[in-house]
Amino acid sequence: MKLTLEIWRQKNRKEKGAFVSYPMENVNPEMSMLECLDVLNETLIERGQEPVAFDHDCREGICGSCGFLINGVAHGPQRATTVCQLTMRHFEEGQKLVIEPWRAAAFPAIKDLIVDRRSFDHIIEAGGYISTSTGHAPDGNAILVGKEDADQAMDAAACIGCGACVAACPNASAALFTGAKIAHLGILPQGQPERDRRALHMVAQMNAEIFGSCTNIGECTGACPKEIPLEVIAAMNRDYLGGSWRKHDNVETTTIASAEDWGTD
Amino acid sequence: MTLDAKIPSGPIEQAWDKARFDMKLVNPANKRKHSLIVVGSGLAGASAAASLGELGYKVKCFCFQDSPRRAHSIAAQGGINAAKNYPNDGDSIYRLFYDTVKGGDFRAREANVYRLAQISVDIIDQCVAQGVPFAREYGGTLDNRSFGGAQVSRTFYARGQTGQQLLLGAYQALERQVHARTVTMIPRTEMLDLIVIDGQARGIVTRNLVTGKLSVDIADAVILASGGYGNVYYLSTNAKGSNVTASWRAYKRGALFANPCFTQIHPTCIPVSGDYQSKLTLMSESLRNDGRIWVPKMKGDKRPPNEIPEDERDYYLERRYPSFGNLVPRDVASRNAKQVCDEGRGVGQTELGVYLDFSHAIARLGEHTIRERYGNLFEMYQRITDEDPYKVPMRIYPAIHYTMGGLWVDYQLQSAIPGLFVLGEANFSDHGANRLGASALMQGLSDGYFVIPYTVGNYLATNKFAQVDEAHGEVRNVVASVQQTIDKLLSIHGKRTVDSFHRELGRIMWDYCGMARTAPGLETAIGEIRTLREEFWRNVTIPGSGSDLNQSLEKAGRVADFFELAELMCIDARDRNESCGGHFREEHQTPDGEARRDDEHYSYVAAWGYRGPGNPPELTKEPLEFNYVHPSQRSYK
Repeated sequence: MKLTLEIWRQKNRKEKGAFVSYPMENVNPEMSMLECLDVLNETLIERGQEPVAFDHDCREGICGSCGFLINGVAHGPQRATTVCQLTMRHFEEGQKLVIEPWRAAAFPAIKDLIVDRRSFDHIIEAGGYISTSTGHAPDGNAILVGKEDADQAMDAAACIGCGACVAACPNASAALFTGAKIAHLGILPQGQPERDRRALHMVAQMNAEIFGSCTNIGECTGACPKEIPLEVIAAMNRDYLGGSWRKHDNVETTTIASAEDWGTD
Repeated sequence: MTLDAKIPSGPIEQAWDKARFDMKLVNPANKRKHSLIVVGSGLAGASAAASLGELGYKVKCFCFQDSPRRAHSIAAQGGINAAKNYPNDGDSIYRLFYDTVKGGDFRAREANVYRLAQISVDIIDQCVAQGVPFAREYGGTLDNRSFGGAQVSRTFYARGQTGQQLLLGAYQALERQVHARTVTMIPRTEMLDLIVIDGQARGIVTRNLVTGKLSVDIADAVILASGGYGNVYYLSTNAKGSNVTASWRAYKRGALFANPCFTQIHPTCIPVSGDYQSKLTLMSESLRNDGRIWVPKMKGDKRPPNEIPEDERDYYLERRYPSFGNLVPRDVASRNAKQVCDEGRGVGQTELGVYLDFSHAIARLGEHTIRERYGNLFEMYQRITDEDPYKVPMRIYPAIHYTMGGLWVDYQLQSAIPGLFVLGEANFSDHGANRLGASALMQGLSDGYFVIPYTVGNYLATNKFAQVDEAHGEVRNVVASVQQTIDKLLSIHGKRTVDSFHRELGRIMWDYCGMARTAPGLETAIGEIRTLREEFWRNVTIPGSGSDLNQSLEKAGRVADFFELAELMCIDARDRNESCGGHFREEHQTPDGEARRDDEHYSYVAAWGYRGPGNPPELTKEPLEFNYVHPSQRSYK
């Protein structure tokens, strides 16, 4: 099939980017969106031009590396699918695909379709864990977890941290990402002792990273390749409120992602 | 050269306890004076960095991805083994040990495997405490399922995303230490060389993948957890970025590469569909619990699967291996799939495929149960192939999945270079010639959480470390050689892309060093690899510069190392005149086509040493002794 790719090209954070149009002949409908970019890149390299830079790794929809907007939609038109698993049969002959990176202040541009998502790591660093050091654990079956709770925790834990929720949100909020971790750990008995602190610290860090606020639009869950349910945001708000009410310790935040650099300056 | 594996004397059950007692300790106040480098943030690297940070060491952890959570351990689907015997079905540490040694076709080191089986139970406890949402029974206890090569249910799982959940557990533990300032995490950075000073591994040279800047990091010990090298075949189930560079540069600095030809071909992957294909997708081995594998009895049978009557189907694994059936180990299942396809009974467009059929299981258990067990895998299959596996059987074919070979390590996980430790898939130690399903996650976490925290402490407590900085002559030499390689690659300005070379290299490896190998084939491969490598260094083209994010340059450096590794793999495969596990030499098979080992001549670990460009590598043998599980021909019949 024939397609036209309009791809955002940007050399680095400091230089301005622009869309460049690439007509594609002979796109095999069985190939994935990323394989289509591979084919384009091979021809660009053969012409001595720089290939389109994009993040990708596992190509099985689980590592969360890949992701961009296709015609304004995070990860493209197919439900619950990352761009590495999106096959070209979902597009029509002659269609124009506008491909651009996640756009959010908390995800600064790096090059072409690559953005800096370290702000997500900072949110986890602020409290997205259970504080147990190696060797402390009791027997696995000493902690009983009902099947429904385990399943619900797993639904939330399935988040791959790709950033589609932020890209889809008109406010560029990271509430679905943050809520997913708070819900996953907050549902489990192991997560109870730190439940208040976790919500307070992670939410404070999320705000410090200049993600926008959640206004319950729901685009995030629609774009999520793992279909993380919107309820995790309610779980986050509930735990945050509870934590605030009980006034746990002072909340510090760590360095803001955009203030760091990769060492170019 | 002789290799001392440092296996503790005495009964195997007490070996690890004895080793731990004999180790010197670093007092808590002194731990923060020691700096450690961890390369890689998968299950082994992240669990090591987190555990070492918890102990109070100063740790720097590097990964090439944008976040440690992306490491390819995340893609492991099926599960993790542990000898908990929760189902009361006859499991024990000894049985897990026995199954693993036998599954590895008697080419693994007994003491390491025993320790792995012992530690397996602690791993589950550790992960549960971290909040890993393992599957549960209604009563709240942990659920188990079966995997290939075992007759007990000892596999713990979190839907089809066990690797993801275990990695996120380790990643979260790592982030907790980042927060505590014991671990510094350095993403988007690739190790390009190892610094060895006065015989000790003392640091690494890295390239920042965003700015292109080379940096030097000095430490008291270096821990490599950089994964396997399956991408030498180009098409594999590995992530696109998985590479051998860290291990290979360590090899060229004096570490030994052990059993490089031991590669695992996974029987259940989605078949190749076209030339553009960039990777192969695995369908978890757990599917073999309920799926039945078959091909038509008749050659060239083009009827759709649902129109082939039951008595015209050949459930060849059930027929040939009645006691293990569809749950034979991976090497056996893969080889049998190849065999039926070679006979002209393969299915699908390319005829390189066999059916994995769930219709019986759906009839027996209902679609709901099957959906609950494998829903996400079925969806993934449908997304890629546009076929509904609830209605038509899946088509599967073997693909490169895991590499049992890797850097040689002793019982302490230390390589031939003092101060260089190697964990997880990057080392060779526990799986022999074939890895059983659900054992990779177990090994990665065992090495990282429970072995390295002890053994690295012993090394630090028993060695002295001279002051070294970037001005040191050897450090400057290493940096200069890294820069030289980059400059050379960028100056070629040839006509072919890196991927075109990689794809061609992969084709050679798959044809001659894949599921079946022969001496003449391996000779041919070595010749073709050399010719192609020579062309690579003359004709590759890499646009852009070295002082910028340049994905072509990253790939070129990795492929350059794959070329050298490929030759070593073929040399090792040629040298090993026997069949064992995943290494199947057509010259050495039983009359019914099973692998025939030669214990008299090949019961050893082949550890290869680098002797400079153009020189053949040097082989050192570590003899294997089997005092507990006596070698016999593996039988799953």
